[in-house]
Amino acid sequence: MTQVITTAPASVRLAGVSKVYGRGPAAVQALDSVSLDVSPGEFCCLIGASGCGKSTLLSLVAGLEQPSEGEISVTSRQVALMFQEPALFPWLTAVGNVELALRARGMNKTDRKRRAAELLELVHLRGFGAKRPHELSGGMRQRVALARALAQDADVLLMDEPFGALDAMTRDRLHDELDRIRDVADRQLTVLFVTHNVREAVRLGDRVVLLSSHPGRVAGEFAVPIPRPRRIDSTPVAELAATITDRLRQEMTVA
Amino acid sequence: MIGTLERPVQGGKSRERTAKLWAAAWPKLLAIALVLAIWQLIHLSGWKKLVLPGPSATLANLWDQLRAGLLWHAVGTTVQRALVGFAMAVLIGSVVGALVTQIRPVREAVGSLITGLQTMPSLVWIPFAIVLFGINDSAIYFVVVMGAAPSIANGLITGIDYTPPLLLRAGKMMGLRRVSLYRFLILPASLPSYVAGLRQGWAFAWRSLMAGELLVIVANEPSLGVLLNTFQEQTDMPSVIAVMIVLLVLGMIAHVLFEAADRAIRRRRGLDLQV
Repeated sequence: MTQVITTAPASVRLAGVSKVYGRGPAAVQALDSVSLDVSPGEFCCLIGASGCGKSTLLSLVAGLEQPSEGEISVTSRQVALMFQEPALFPWLTAVGNVELALRARGMNKTDRKRRAAELLELVHLRGFGAKRPHELSGGMRQRVALARALAQDADVLLMDEPFGALDAMTRDRLHDELDRIRDVADRQLTVLFVTHNVREAVRLGDRVVLLSSHPGRVAGEFAVPIPRPRRIDSTPVAELAATITDRLRQEMTVA
Repeated sequence: MIGTLERPVQGGKSRERTAKLWAAAWPKLLAIALVLAIWQLIHLSGWKKLVLPGPSATLANLWDQLRAGLLWHAVGTTVQRALVGFAMAVLIGSVVGALVTQIRPVREAVGSLITGLQTMPSLVWIPFAIVLFGINDSAIYFVVVMGAAPSIANGLITGIDYTPPLLLRAGKMMGLRRVSLYRFLILPASLPSYVAGLRQGWAFAWRSLMAGELLVIVANEPSLGVLLNTFQEQTDMPSVIAVMIVLLVLGMIAHVLFEAADRAIRRRRGLDLQV
């Protein structure tokens, strides 16, 4: 029932976490005693069919909701959450959105300007700072959202299908950039990444955790021993993805 | 493309601007011409000939009044009252709206009352205001505020209530709390609805003001309402219509200003339809 935040290397630990929405006969169990350990610097992908409670799990880790049972401990300076939609503030420019996250941290104006420019550069949006969200493409908006998440100085990044609404080409490029950004962060960035795309999970993750549906529980785990840089259409990625997909199908027929 | 090639290089821009202005202006000019023509026809037909003047007599009257000082003085008084009354309504409406969104019992208590007040014709407040304040400016301001404040409060309440939950989650993750959450997220998010409320509030303020000025005749203070009243008593129909034309023009100016503010907000946020 508690959420502990300390300053040791960032990690996320869930022990027997359940989440029930509503009461009585109308109650829906979204998660059923999920236990999961994400070690510092790990890229952990959560995968499962829709309705397996993936988004609920992230909301719990983010502290936006409280678990019905079990314990979540997040050892981290700061947790950032990225959604499937960019969720940018439409009245601010791209750079304004990033700067607001810096401002919320209490950074002064000069530092904000400099840091926001650096972050936009990092996500390859140099020169687009003055644009408003509606003037940017879907991929660009998601890059701004990524820059904004990084602006929160997070060492735990929660990503809820962040590339789900993008075309395959744009998604591939953002995968590469996510890898690069983690290199820049010197492997200090712990990522919990939710997706329903098995290949994407294998492409990105150090580990892929499979969740079953209704209610969500951990149904299997797969280490991804494929060296980086990876490509989403390479043979090892495709083979492991096929194995996991088979397993996912079994889960779905059982459920 | 062809149009661009045919157009001479020099002065292309200013010509384009003229064309644009003309495209916007001709339907309005045509409408005015049609109204004047119909009016003239009615006048020629002899219907109510004794009391209904033709357009030429009326426009001549308007011209004379514009050249004399009284009409301008009246416009000054009325517009000043409208602005002061509206400012008071904005202040009161915003404070009430903010209280309703922040304090649950206040919402339970006055939430539906605000909508009830909004539908109440402002004329109804006049006897109450005259008894309470006497025949003076205060009574008029009271009627204006009662007419306009509910719409303004409702605009703010709606805007705050409808802040997209996803943006709220994003803001909270960013560390925006309480005051900063309002300053950087909820208030900017509710701006379009607030402006819509202001716009509606202005319309109500203007109507309430006219009702107030027609019925609360403050001595020695010529306003547009007082002029209308006087001209009615003198059965001076050309002057009555001239004053009404002035009222119409003032209403249109306010519309243009609000429209510009509204469009600027929508364009900033990518909500305008002409994308």
